[in-house]
Amino acid sequence: MSQTVTRIRSLADLEALHRQYAPELALRQAREAAAAVGTEPIRVMVCKSTGCRAARSEPTARAFLQEVAAQGLSDRVRVVQVGCLGFCRMGPVVVVQPGDIFYCRVQAEDVPEIVREHLLGGRPVERLLYAVSPKEKARIAARKDLPFYKGQERRVLKNCGLIDPDSIEEAIGAGRYFALAKALLEMTPEQVIDEVKRSGLRGRGGGGFPTGRKWELVRAQPGQPKYVICNADEGDPGAFMDRSILEADPHAVLEAMAIAGYAVGAEQGYIYVRAEYPLAVERLTTAIRQARELGLLGDDILGTGFRFDIEIRLGAGAFVCGEETALIASVEGQRGMPRPRPPYPAQAGLWGKPTLNNNVETYANIPDIILNGADWFRSLGTPASPGTKVFAVAGNVNNVALMEVPMGTTLREIVYGMGGGIPGGKAFKAAQTGGPSGGCIPAEYLDTPVEFDTLVELGSMMGSGGLIVLDESNCMVDVARFYLQFTQDESCGKCPPCRIGTKRMLEILDRIASGQGTMEDLDALEQLAETIRSASLCGLGQTAPNPVLSTLRYFREEYIAHVRDKRCPAGKCKELTHYRIDPERCKGCGLCARKCPVGAITGEVRKPFVIDPEKCIKCGTCAEVCRFAAVVH
Amino acid sequence: MAACGCGGIQPDDPRFRELDAFIDAHRHVRGSLIGVLHRAQELFGFLPEEVQQHVAQRLGIPPSQVYGVVTFYNYFNLRPTGRYTIRVCMGTACYVRGADKVLQAIQSELKIQPGEMTSDGLFSLEVCRCIGCCGLAPAIMVGEEVFGNMTDAKVPEVLARFRQQAQGGEPEPAVAAGKEGAR
Repeated sequence: MSQTVTRIRSLADLEALHRQYAPELALRQAREAAAAVGTEPIRVMVCKSTGCRAARSEPTARAFLQEVAAQGLSDRVRVVQVGCLGFCRMGPVVVVQPGDIFYCRVQAEDVPEIVREHLLGGRPVERLLYAVSPKEKARIAARKDLPFYKGQERRVLKNCGLIDPDSIEEAIGAGRYFALAKALLEMTPEQVIDEVKRSGLRGRGGGGFPTGRKWELVRAQPGQPKYVICNADEGDPGAFMDRSILEADPHAVLEAMAIAGYAVGAEQGYIYVRAEYPLAVERLTTAIRQARELGLLGDDILGTGFRFDIEIRLGAGAFVCGEETALIASVEGQRGMPRPRPPYPAQAGLWGKPTLNNNVETYANIPDIILNGADWFRSLGTPASPGTKVFAVAGNVNNVALMEVPMGTTLREIVYGMGGGIPGGKAFKAAQTGGPSGGCIPAEYLDTPVEFDTLVELGSMMGSGGLIVLDESNCMVDVARFYLQFTQDESCGKCPPCRIGTKRMLEILDRIASGQGTMEDLDALEQLAETIRSASLCGLGQTAPNPVLSTLRYFREEYIAHVRDKRCPAGKCKELTHYRIDPERCKGCGLCARKCPVGAITGEVRKPFVIDPEKCIKCGTCAEVCRFAAVVH
Repeated sequence: MAACGCGGIQPDDPRFRELDAFIDAHRHVRGSLIGVLHRAQELFGFLPEEVQQHVAQRLGIPPSQVYGVVTFYNYFNLRPTGRYTIRVCMGTACYVRGADKVLQAIQSELKIQPGEMTSDGLFSLEVCRCIGCCGLAPAIMVGEEVFGNMTDAKVPEVLARFRQQAQGGEPEPAVAAGKEGAR
């Protein structure tokens, strides 16, 4: 449906383009199948974001195009490649309308069957539908009936999985750039800021600072030019919210940045994005080019005289660049090291000028706040944390996925409802939120509503929305050590508390994990943590001890088991784990001996086998393969 | 490979001309150094001393500033990399699902440590923090291709495929991610 590009010079032009594309998008929304098979238009949506691409969704999409053409269905069936549908574990994901049929793990070789049975015959292919567990026979056909989608409120993600992210026309068909038009044509900058303030939107990137307040500070600051920055340096390991938004609906961010530019009085924006996200960079580059061609970026936007443009700046693999002053140094092309605040970036930021800095998800909330108003925004969420939050749920959970829920949803609903619980029926141990700056929340707080302030009270934080589920097989000392290794690695080295303090903490944790720890070490950890927290220069250092402090707070007995009993209850710390075979349970099948990579297990068939501790490398393979739970540690 | 650490790149290497074209096109963009270094690494595969010197001279900034930036960011390499770079994701999601075992298997199969290159120049090994494929954890990247749901047992199969590809053989079909799982 490509056409020659005409510049959009007015609201009427925008509306005309919208009218042209909206009907196509309506066909992709959930709708009921008509009674007569073989007459109605069909839309096949194939996810083309990173997760599904890694699961080989491109051959799947190509197979659909070929097969639809081969069957002569091209006039009635359209195959579209869309952004992330959120359910990455089930990729490549395909949705067919009408019927809202949700297919999982569709490989190219499955496509002819879907085309023949479903698109031609009107019978969805049962075996490719979702089942709640591997053993479960019952299948769920419609996306809206999947437990994963129930309970979600997709506002920020509403266009993800609906539009082709490489098409600005489709974005406009879905309503993009109407909020910008409203702001420019009907509102003063002060009114825009007031609406954002009244919405109560808090920054989705970490601390939850009120967004409207930030905008107001930048607007009030004397000095020109001013700059608008989008922080897309999603460095928190295990988080992929921002990546999915950029890959699925890049115009949401461009539109919001233009609105922010109008509100604070800036003409230039920068998106600072990780080099590790090549696909997001590619889609942003396309989106910016398209917006410029249509006149939605550049001079005289929508005939209002407002001018705004956006440039992409690539990160180069430094976690600290998520911190705003370090990010600004990196945009300037320097080493990304933080500096003391004040002055805050709102006062003296990029090249010493007043600078507004928000993250991707924060911006993605803006257009709908402008269009629908602050009261609409506040209709979901809690009074202190209004709106929704996108979580990247990963780790030991069945549905590793991206989900958007109202603020205040409980951890239990996230992990056991939409998340589908824990694989292998293992017990939930903790949820880690906030990445390396956050902490671990134990099972007793599963019913806590998740919002900015409750998480801080529990010793963790919202962070950008990464949520890692840990089960009984995870050792909390090891998890704390993992995060500290991360922050120690990523410490820029500028201030001693972070540079040296995290190293000392890591050494203590290494000692504890190898069985050399003492009870005094636990106190030393807490003392060091307090110093690092109060004396570090930036947020990275100040929050670095959180994973250690929160695990010490909730799982102290596990630390004590490592120190006093020289035992790792989860069996993760190798020096403290000794595998042996329980002769009572061993049936003598010999499977463990065949699977052992170093030949450390010997025995006679039908008699108990034994492990030679001298040879054992503690890889745990025997325990994994044993069907009788006879390998113990 | 030159032993002096200069990377053996000659001053008349045609890639310098391409780099110069990029630098000249971005000369007026403020703070373009990181972008220029990204382009240089795309062209040369790594950033040896003479490339850094060249960038400094062309941009009119001290070499120390270029070196400072190159060594600050993980993405820039001072040493040459193999034909295929293996990146083992050690993000949290992959870590808690056993990425360390996958890394160990690759290390023992290739007999190199992270940051090193195999003696035949075929593979280099890197550890990275989250490639955003948490749904396929544990995941590794070989070149641009992602392999999900990795286990130590799958490592030889994946490496063999790239060895074969390097010898000009037909690549086998990709090890499909997540085939064995439930829908």
